[in-house]
Amino acid sequence: MIPPEFEYYAPHSVDEAVSLLRRFDGEAKVLAGGHSLIPLMKLRLAQPRALVDINRIPNLAYIREEGGHLKIGAITRTGELLDSPLLRKSYPILTDAAQEIADPLVRNLGTVGGNVCHGDPGNDLPACMLALGAEVVAEGPKGPRTLAVSDFYRDTFVTALEPTEIVVEVRIPKVRPHQGNAYHKIEKRAGDFAMAGAAANLILDGSGRVESAGVALTGVGPTAILARPVAGALVGQAPDPSRLAHAAGLAESVAEPSTDLRGPIEYKRAMASVLTRRVLERALARAKGGG
Amino acid sequence: MSADVPRVKGGLGQSILRKEDQRFIRGKGNYVDDIKLPGMLYLDIARSPYAHAKITAIHTENTLKVPGVLAVVTGKDLEAAGLAWMPTLMSDKQMVLPTDTVMYQAQEVAAVVADSRYAAADGVAALEVDYDPLPVVVDPFKALEPGAPVIRTDRKEKSNHIWHWETGDRAGTDAAFDGAEVQVAQDLYIPRIHVSSMETCGCIAHMDSVNGRFTIYMTTQAPHAIRTVIALVTGLPEQNIRVVSPDIGGGFGGKVPVYPGYVLAAVASIKTGHPVKWIEDRSENLQADSFARDYHIHAELAASNDGKVAALRVKTLADHGYTDAAANPSKFPAGLFHIITGSYPFAKAFVEVDAAYTNKPPGGIAYRCSFRVTEAVYTIERMMDILAHRLKVDPAELRLKNFIPPEAFPFTSALGWTYDSGNYAGALRKAMEIIDYAGLRREQKEKRGRGELMGIGISSFTEIVGAGPSSTFDILGIKMFDSAEVRIHPTGKVIARFGTKSQGQGHETTYAQILAEELGIPADDIRVEEGDTDTAPYGLGTYASRSTPTAGAAASMAARKIRDKARRIAAHLLEVNPDDVEWKDYAFRVKGVPAKSKTMQEVAFAAYTNHPPGMEAGLEAVDYYDPPNMTYPFGSYICVVDIDPETGQVKVRRFVAVDDCGTIINPMIVDGQIHGGLTMGLAPALYEEIQYDESGNIHGGTFMDYLVPTAIETPHWETAKTVTPSPHHPIGAKGVGESATVGAPPAVVNAIVDALQPYGVEHIDIPVHPWKIWQILHTRTPTF
Repeated sequence: MIPPEFEYYAPHSVDEAVSLLRRFDGEAKVLAGGHSLIPLMKLRLAQPRALVDINRIPNLAYIREEGGHLKIGAITRTGELLDSPLLRKSYPILTDAAQEIADPLVRNLGTVGGNVCHGDPGNDLPACMLALGAEVVAEGPKGPRTLAVSDFYRDTFVTALEPTEIVVEVRIPKVRPHQGNAYHKIEKRAGDFAMAGAAANLILDGSGRVESAGVALTGVGPTAILARPVAGALVGQAPDPSRLAHAAGLAESVAEPSTDLRGPIEYKRAMASVLTRRVLERALARAKGGG
Repeated sequence: MSADVPRVKGGLGQSILRKEDQRFIRGKGNYVDDIKLPGMLYLDIARSPYAHAKITAIHTENTLKVPGVLAVVTGKDLEAAGLAWMPTLMSDKQMVLPTDTVMYQAQEVAAVVADSRYAAADGVAALEVDYDPLPVVVDPFKALEPGAPVIRTDRKEKSNHIWHWETGDRAGTDAAFDGAEVQVAQDLYIPRIHVSSMETCGCIAHMDSVNGRFTIYMTTQAPHAIRTVIALVTGLPEQNIRVVSPDIGGGFGGKVPVYPGYVLAAVASIKTGHPVKWIEDRSENLQADSFARDYHIHAELAASNDGKVAALRVKTLADHGYTDAAANPSKFPAGLFHIITGSYPFAKAFVEVDAAYTNKPPGGIAYRCSFRVTEAVYTIERMMDILAHRLKVDPAELRLKNFIPPEAFPFTSALGWTYDSGNYAGALRKAMEIIDYAGLRREQKEKRGRGELMGIGISSFTEIVGAGPSSTFDILGIKMFDSAEVRIHPTGKVIARFGTKSQGQGHETTYAQILAEELGIPADDIRVEEGDTDTAPYGLGTYASRSTPTAGAAASMAARKIRDKARRIAAHLLEVNPDDVEWKDYAFRVKGVPAKSKTMQEVAFAAYTNHPPGMEAGLEAVDYYDPPNMTYPFGSYICVVDIDPETGQVKVRRFVAVDDCGTIINPMIVDGQIHGGLTMGLAPALYEEIQYDESGNIHGGTFMDYLVPTAIETPHWETAKTVTPSPHHPIGAKGVGESATVGAPPAVVNAIVDALQPYGVEHIDIPVHPWKIWQILHTRTPTF
């Protein structure tokens, strides 16, 4: 459990960090919270030549509404999501998720940027960001660019991010009236990878019908999965319990789980629907001002 | 004891704070890995990726090029020195390093010695080994089929069968079953689990070639036995061997065996002339160190229609991995599985166990359990519930109808073991009262009416601990006594040394409390030491809840020997005849004139300054205690669970544990033992399991996959006690370290199965994962 030798850099600006990543040409890894990267290095599954520690770069940790967005800085600790009154009031899906991310020790170090961009299908924030229609802001040698999360996850640990790019911010469309969202996962044990998880975001129109919906799944495929058929079955509809149940039932067909120590395929598929229904119900209650 | 006499400070029954916590909670413990010797080198181990393979070549060139790497040790090197194999405690043999064949994934293949921990790890990564894979046997049933690949080709017997063991009356039991009104039968699998102690295993071995001394600091629960084994195996003179077991971060049976790493460090020290440190990492600990359990049990129980148990018949297949490296007393290949008749007066019982080799790591250690007691208790307590369900009687009622009554003790079980004392109904009734059993059953009935899943599970276990009487118990011929050496200094302060070795149990405190009570000296004035074979008296170590029954008893007996001499000194000081002096209320008092007295402290001073003419100076004693019998702690646990009918998730709502461990030395420490034990009992019931795929690849070899419960999963434990002293122990204590680990699993499973009664469920194998419940809920039609 000892990694091979590597070089370590602690830049003080994003530009400096990007130039380090360029210098190592894909053989350097960004170190933020380190809770996924360090274990991989100790198991010698990841053997980067260098680590670029971005923890000393100023102004990368924040949660604020600005323009049409909620903006979260990349090295915001996941524990800070849990502590944010703004999120609790207006974006409770992130409070839900933060509460279920591992344990306080992990939350104190693990970062929002790392959780979102690591590409681990067991991470909680990817499904939340998919449901919310978020964007990732990355800085690279060619300057900043914005990537839709819906186009970000390519395969397990594979994302649209270039090896020389650094995620600096996650942007979420600013909350609107009659919007509600929720996240929930089930695990064999706290801190274990999810057996399954679901995220839902609903916006109702003036008549109480679903104007827009985002639903995504954790831990039941090679990446977090945007459950478009579930959302499709809701948009334009009155969200009565049988409609929610019908839509949630479609999550099973979207899930692509495999059998492993976290359960057999048929269980995970069934749980994708059970959890989708539960988060839809909670999201709806919140959209109506409750929950 | 006179009612108005103040108790000695820190005496029996007082929840004094643990002496050892002064250093532990400040991070000032002194564990093996904290020790650094001048010139120390580091050893790391290359391990096999295959479960069964021929080694065709080991290429060391690249390893030796790694800066800092000094040497590579392979099986061929050891073979030349006659050290490629070592004996196990069960008279089998185990490879230190393989000379040609690896037998399980993660088996040691070569050792790399370097001047830093990092260089050693890089050297291991650079080692190239060529393998030729062989057929793998992971299923012990298949291992015994004709034509199965033979794993241990070194043995004369060309089969994977290791041994057959049986106890009880086969014919009588069969006859009892033939005439029985009711029979129930069940297959139960208790999977392979791991102790996962906080501290992994390791050592620093130092062969000092100048003065001929061999010193090893190691994570061992039994330092004296290790010293003797080293002497016998190597021929080194025993006075030149020093085994030091410093602070140990949890043992639970996992630090009883001798692992190849210890031997490799010793060999590397001999080879290099330097002290060599080996500390395994967490994955190595989980993947290669001794496992526990892995019993495939078929149990049958015969009873009358009115629910009186009559006979028990059990057939078990034990998966031992590639060698039998279990840690049992030598005469007991299946440990004390005999306790399987539990808390009930079976007239007849017959138990047999067959052991098989498979391509898995060896072990079969007594994980916080006195040698297969967990397996036994799980079996009988599950079977009692299965019988209750078959007869449609309440499981509490069935137990109360059958318990061995208090007046029947000492009670000899159907398998020939004499239980010392017990009041089983007393413990169960107390647990039922605390948890409001009747109220819970009412609530359950209402909830079932609404289709909700709530279950109540009982476990009324009987333990067998304190190995053991020398007539029966030995390890490699060494009798299983234990010892205390107590010395009172002139100022009335005490140093006491023991043959046991605490790994977190709190011996420094509890032994001091026993001595405080016996000597009238405050526990704060008593220093307890263990673990250094140069200073401590000989003993067999700490496991199987044996420390209080053996060394704790030795503490009392040594103190009483001291009191004999002290009484004569006191008589001298009081200028009376020794026969006129009695030990009462923590002082030597003239009979009939209790105010005329001398304290132990006054006597101690006199023992060095004013001892009677003709008497030797000093005040000390040694006792080697050979227990006349085992002790039989017991208890009743009740667990309440709620099950989410959509996800199958189990929530333990309440858990009441009533324990009876005889006389209680420190209630706080006993409760701590029970809290930890209950959590370690919850673990296999719901979470922990080491699985292998058909190629012998381990699943559960890191803490990412091996799920030790955290504070979040652990319910609020509600503990209570009854006190039924052991009649044969000097202070009536029985030992408590393992009761909860042993008693908890069936309580949890019984509660889950109880919740699923509307679905006609009789049994679910542990760990009860949510999907096992979900599958039942989705394939069966309930009758609420």
